[in-house]
Amino acid sequence: MGVIKMVLITKNTRVIVQGMTGHQGAFHSGEMIKFGTNVVAGVSPGKSGGTVNGIKIYETVMDTLELMPEASMLAVPAPFVRDAAFEAIDNGLKLIYILAEHVPVHDTMEIVAEANRKGVTVIGPNSPGITVPGEAKIGIMPNHIFRKGDVAIASRSGTLTYEIVKAVTDAGFGESTVIGLGGDPIVGLTFLDVIKMYNEDKNTKRIVLVGEIGGSEEERAARYVKENVKKPVVGYITGRSAPPGKRMGHAGAIIERGTGTAESKIKAFMDAGINVADYPDDIPKLLK
Amino acid sequence: MNLYEYMGKEIFKKYGIPVPDGYVVSDINEIRPYQYPVAVKSQILSGKRGKSGGIKFAKSQEDLKEAAKTLLGTTINGLKVNKLLIERMINIKKELYLSITLDRSSKGPLLMASPDGGMDIESVPDSRIIKIKIDPLMGYSDYISREVSEFLGLSGSLKSQLGTLIGLLYNAFKKEDSLLMEINPLIIDSSDNIIAGDSKVIIDDSSLYRHKQYIFPDPEKTELENESASKSFTFIEMDGDIGVIANGAGLTMATLDALTLHKLRPRNFLDLGGTDSTDIVEDAFSFVLRADPKIFFVNIFGGVTKADTVANGIVAAKNKFNIKQKIVVRLSGVHEDEGRRILMDNGIDAYSNMNDAINELVKLNGGN
Repeated sequence: MGVIKMVLITKNTRVIVQGMTGHQGAFHSGEMIKFGTNVVAGVSPGKSGGTVNGIKIYETVMDTLELMPEASMLAVPAPFVRDAAFEAIDNGLKLIYILAEHVPVHDTMEIVAEANRKGVTVIGPNSPGITVPGEAKIGIMPNHIFRKGDVAIASRSGTLTYEIVKAVTDAGFGESTVIGLGGDPIVGLTFLDVIKMYNEDKNTKRIVLVGEIGGSEEERAARYVKENVKKPVVGYITGRSAPPGKRMGHAGAIIERGTGTAESKIKAFMDAGINVADYPDDIPKLLK
Repeated sequence: MNLYEYMGKEIFKKYGIPVPDGYVVSDINEIRPYQYPVAVKSQILSGKRGKSGGIKFAKSQEDLKEAAKTLLGTTINGLKVNKLLIERMINIKKELYLSITLDRSSKGPLLMASPDGGMDIESVPDSRIIKIKIDPLMGYSDYISREVSEFLGLSGSLKSQLGTLIGLLYNAFKKEDSLLMEINPLIIDSSDNIIAGDSKVIIDDSSLYRHKQYIFPDPEKTELENESASKSFTFIEMDGDIGVIANGAGLTMATLDALTLHKLRPRNFLDLGGTDSTDIVEDAFSFVLRADPKIFFVNIFGGVTKADTVANGIVAAKNKFNIKQKIVVRLSGVHEDEGRRILMDNGIDAYSNMNDAINELVKLNGGN
């Protein structure tokens, strides 16, 4: 674990891709390799023996252990996520990224509980992954929008994250780390976990938190920022116009019985001294 | 998926949780000889059903027919009553509250119980509610029920009945991929039997592939929304007049927010999701078109969903459906130049910046 830096991955992190022979796995592992990620193996039960993007495909995670993998990207469909995650955890991997949307919540609960017991970090489900420009990425964020810099971003969305990364890059800044937490009601890494990492990361000078309606993770992170974070933090919350009781695309983005509203989150951010942008394009202006 | 009371009680029965004797009717002719008195309960997905006149009582078959005639087909709290649950009346000695729900912050199930059953749990003070987090891997164990019984002051047979019931409820919660199983009131009757007086059950939508029996049209959704359930995009109707198509739930929400901040009113939420198919874009247009918006706004950040694919889909939809409304497009990301060229060749303006596109919408809306 000594090679893993403060913010989870470097270009040396040995990554396997479970489900690498599938459409998503094949395309995104290729993009990851172009970005500099050290992909050491693919795993696809029943399809082992060949190669994808020049990387050998194995039958099980156990078969890849001689390559000493540290992290796994799960590019398998939702019904297979629980099994693939348990396989990775049981074989000693320390970072698991789950791409799939619509993973049953009971499956996620078990994965996250087991990961906590074994000291494993889970990113997702329903997440675009983690990108550390100049080092590596695990996930599906588009390569061309990044530039190495000192802005760290945490978000519950996918496309909106890219939009914001591009705006930050176009404004002349660059990114230290970008993490998509995932749009489900229960995910592994939360805003609170990530803000702690960003606060300690020497490469990060400014932080952007992109939250949305539903749950209370933004409020928890805001309390931590208020008490512990000296770096400037900019926030943005989506779902101000969302009617209560309607799931706004993400399973986790829902206002239930008056909790999880955009107002509550914006207020928590402002109380913590976080500068809140009205529009995604306004974020770079607040980063100075 | 929110289940009706009678469906929740069918689940309870399947797992061995006591429920009152009863049957369901959707037509007055289905009423049959029964033991009276009975409660006649409208099957709608709404709280405060009793206060809104959705529950009646009948002492005889004539009474019951009268009540059924009044309730069936009426609208209560905006929802149509299609079914009634007819249940034998219970002599209530005490009403308790019991639920297991998904707790987002502890990332696991949360059991809640209170001696103050029969009212909205939100109005019960915290000191009267016991909350126990359940580890999803350890699951339920009897000590949890002992803690609950002690809090509720139950002993003897009631304590053992409750213990069994909580174990069964947890089993049902887990096996049915539930997000909420609530029994309010949980009734202690005059013979000291514990019975589930009501049910509120929510099943995780993402798990429906392994619980197909719970897939039915959601009465809280509009016809178009229910029809879109089989599509790869997500469609939600709103009450404005700007038809929105965007990609990614976060970007779509941000688009609606930006419109609202500019005093424009979105007609809908439509997240295309990740797609590289012009057919899906065309299909998305056909849905929004049926909602009859005044203007279309397409907001795309190209990635997996490429900007030129979307542009081709927009042009195809415009021609196929003969769309007369103005279409304002914002394209950014992968293949944006190509996409913009395709649109310009077909007389559609495309912006690269979201704020510029919205300013154009403000102008168009004001001029209308």
